[in-house]
Amino acid sequence: MRIEARPTPSHTMRYLSPLLALGLTLTTGAAIFAALGKAPLASLHAFFIEPISTVYGLSELFVKVTPLLLCATGLTLCFRAKVWNIGAEGQFVFGALIAGAVSLQLADYQGFWVLPVVIASGVLAGMAWAGIAAILLTRFRAHEILTTIMLNYIAIQLLLWSVHGPLKSPSGYNFPESELFSPQTLLPTLWGQYRVTIAILIALLMLAVVWTVLNRTLLGYQTRVMGENRQAARFAGFNGNRLIWILLLFSGGMAGMAGVSEVNGPVGQLTTNLALGYGYTAIIIVFMGRMHPLGVLLASLLLGLTYLGGENAQMTLGLPKSITGVFQGLLLFFLLACDFLISHRIVLAPIRSQPPNLSNTPVREVTRS
Amino acid sequence: MKAPTLISLGLAAALFWSAPLQAEDAPLKVGFVYVSPIGDAGWTYMHDRARQIVDKEFGDRVETNYVESVSEGSDSQRVIRNLSANGHDLIFTTSFGYMNPTIRVAQRFPNVRYEHATGYKTAENVGNYQARAYQGRYLAGMAAGAMTETDTIGYVAGFPIPEVLRGINAFTLGVREVNPDASVRVSWINSWHDPAKERESASSLIRQDADVLTMHADSPAVVQAAQDEGVYGIGYNSNMESYGPDAHLTSVMMHWEPIYREKIQAVLDGSWESKSIWYGLSEGVVKMAPMHPDIPESVTERISKHRNAIINGDREVFQGPVRNQDGEEIIAEGESLSDGQLLEINWYVEGIKGKLPN
Amino acid sequence: MSIDIIENILFATIRTGTPLLLVALGAMISERSGVLNLGQEGMILVGAVCAFIGAYTTDSLLIGVASGLASGALFSLIFAVIAISLVSSQIATGLALTIFGTGLSAFLGVDYVGLSIDGLDEWPIPLLHDIPVIGKAFFAQDMLVYGSFALFAAIYYVMSRTRVGLIIRAVGENPGVAHSMGYRVLLVRYATVMFGGAMAGLAGAYLSLAYTPMWTEGMSAGRGWIALALVVFASWRTGRVLVGAWLFAFASILHLVLQGFGYDISPNLLGMLPYLATIIALVMMMQRAGTAQLAPRSLGQPYYPQK
Repeated sequence: MRIEARPTPSHTMRYLSPLLALGLTLTTGAAIFAALGKAPLASLHAFFIEPISTVYGLSELFVKVTPLLLCATGLTLCFRAKVWNIGAEGQFVFGALIAGAVSLQLADYQGFWVLPVVIASGVLAGMAWAGIAAILLTRFRAHEILTTIMLNYIAIQLLLWSVHGPLKSPSGYNFPESELFSPQTLLPTLWGQYRVTIAILIALLMLAVVWTVLNRTLLGYQTRVMGENRQAARFAGFNGNRLIWILLLFSGGMAGMAGVSEVNGPVGQLTTNLALGYGYTAIIIVFMGRMHPLGVLLASLLLGLTYLGGENAQMTLGLPKSITGVFQGLLLFFLLACDFLISHRIVLAPIRSQPPNLSNTPVREVTRS
Repeated sequence: MKAPTLISLGLAAALFWSAPLQAEDAPLKVGFVYVSPIGDAGWTYMHDRARQIVDKEFGDRVETNYVESVSEGSDSQRVIRNLSANGHDLIFTTSFGYMNPTIRVAQRFPNVRYEHATGYKTAENVGNYQARAYQGRYLAGMAAGAMTETDTIGYVAGFPIPEVLRGINAFTLGVREVNPDASVRVSWINSWHDPAKERESASSLIRQDADVLTMHADSPAVVQAAQDEGVYGIGYNSNMESYGPDAHLTSVMMHWEPIYREKIQAVLDGSWESKSIWYGLSEGVVKMAPMHPDIPESVTERISKHRNAIINGDREVFQGPVRNQDGEEIIAEGESLSDGQLLEINWYVEGIKGKLPN
Repeated sequence: MSIDIIENILFATIRTGTPLLLVALGAMISERSGVLNLGQEGMILVGAVCAFIGAYTTDSLLIGVASGLASGALFSLIFAVIAISLVSSQIATGLALTIFGTGLSAFLGVDYVGLSIDGLDEWPIPLLHDIPVIGKAFFAQDMLVYGSFALFAAIYYVMSRTRVGLIIRAVGENPGVAHSMGYRVLLVRYATVMFGGAMAGLAGAYLSLAYTPMWTEGMSAGRGWIALALVVFASWRTGRVLVGAWLFAFASILHLVLQGFGYDISPNLLGMLPYLATIIALVMMMQRAGTAQLAPRSLGQPYYPQK
């Protein structure tokens, strides 16, 4: 048995590999649950089925997915061009902070314009935060992976400082949290008693926009060209720096929107616990979804489900929280690993004495790197 | 507006999802929401310990479930909601940040009772409960004041919220009760759980001459540091003796089971009502761990005298005259702080060195 | 400010800096070979819990330290297989490793919370620890701190003076060329990643055996991330990693120090300092470097050997 590169990426495996990964995760998961003395099937049911077996459960899945999907949508475009924005977390936090501050300022104003102003402030704040990374990259050639990670920490510290200081609720007994936002600054919910807001529609709409941009526009073409090779922009005759700016601002804006969707959605106030790692999780989602809008949607639903499943498994089976992390880790590893089969195959044959001549093998798929 | 439809929809849903009030045979389902992993010594550990105790006591009549490490943002509302929808009749939400989510969920589930720890909002079906930990802090302060030789005591603290400030002030009052020359230095670490930082903070206080340490954070690292560096340490939440057998003067222990027992019994009896309760030494919610043998008997006797006085209602911890850091008299002779004033305390008493952050 | 206070601040700085130094040295080596592993936090936690379990069950701190090292290296093997052999994204795999490690360590350690052990003792070196000001900081620490000094020296030597260092750097700069020169790129990268895992595991062992001898969930409290920033701050130079680790450590205890002197500056604002400093340092270094590339050229990019 040996592994060899496929001459061309396999179309079948493109669809089979996630299923294989899921199968492996479920099997391993079942084994772990059995080892813990829990009924494996019931545990998997509690993890994957029960949380979304009611309309309410489904709506909560969308609540969880909204910020993830918003961040991931922006990152999809960025990563396609190999602009590695690891800073969605910081852009999320800064967007939330500014939208929150504006919401507090506008607490006493009524009118149709209030909410758009709040949303715009959050989006612009996210863009501004990503803009810092864009300046550092285009003007100073400071690598965006590194600067965006730093900016994440700075944004979180800014949030903590604000909530412990200037934005702390005067009537909140000195606890580090802001006043509750007034209703007119909150995103409307989609229907009735459920918490899912219009932000999920924005996310889906933007996902469609990203798909269109990628496949139907010059910008998308440029994005893909730059993904092949950052220097290629020059040869293809367009301004690479301009594209970097556009992509970073776009993903920053989306992450800022995600921040708005959280604070002006289910949370409804600024607290010290807003940075829950959505920005990092979104990165994994984009890779799991192979930087394809549809894949990203599916991946965000799957990952969102594991969070709900983890809560549910604690509630109904008494499984410890740590199992959720282990389980998520396994799922991610299997998904990432199985994609190898798209470009490679396992051949059941004796090893040839001569190494195969692969010199004409196309360079590995760009989207994977 | 379609408000009426929405409301009726909500009501219908609430009825649909709420558990039947009192099914005779089915056990009462009680849910607990924890902010951190259960761990070994801190805040959540003591809540879970209390859960296990009452679970055993009530036997078949009660079934308890918990969810740990629930972040205080949008997740907590879903968890509380799910516990409500799963037929839990009584839900304890054990961290300050759950206050608004609890209130929001409670509106949808009028038949479920909620008890929120350490907050200030209540509703028809939401009560809250707190512990007068400051009473224990006061007694611990007396031990510290008696044992310090440098007249400097270190206090490692998480965030300057009223709960923490009450503890620091009460502790300092206790210190000065037995040793008017001693002062307390506070080191803010801006975290509830970072053992290494707690430890470093403890060392930094020792370097500033502190020879007795206590803390308001989640891990026993401070007591451990005290043991390591040869000073005394006072624990909080649970008995932390095992982390510093030589150093451990005492611990202020939080035993939540009297509250859980009472609330569960009230729901079983059908007598539950929304209240704000604040229990301390008298109700056995706050307890002191056994005192270190080094503490002279005269001091332990004095401590237990004060303890009894507090339990009997003969004395309050915040009993005038009490001055603030600037020497102004905040509580006059013969007066004491009301619960409302205690709840929003935001000043330091005399005897604390350093400024209160913002 | 008396000598005594400076001495103590130095002592605390070195001690706080030790886990940062260990993790950052390991991360630097793997980044030098072109592999960016964002799973440091997970590796530290796994190292911490395994070190504690090892020490507790065998009553031997030495076995504890060894388990920390070994578990970190083994755990990083997951990353190596997926990101190096299966050429998956290093960023995604690293993030997944942190999620997995946080969960796994909590899971493994559940029976060990609340137990305590006698941690590593300080070992003052005769005579040397009496040197004023620096004696206590450098010569009155525990074995793991001395170990971090020794590891630093060894890594400094290897990276600047030996062929091994040259090969690691060659692989990181241009794996294609390194491959054509006959070096086994994947093997080198496996080795550096596992070395990084071992170092993170050692840092975990330092936390759970020496600094705060106990196991609690999430006890690394973000130190893995700080170490990643630190490597950038140090622009992948061994010497600067050492200085940076101590600077970052000093910054992290600065608010404790200032509180001691009665200054009240928001710890959150102070908390930004290391990251701001890193960005500024990065920009300044890029300015000075001109057109040269500062980071290892193939950092973050998978390599697939072409035959």
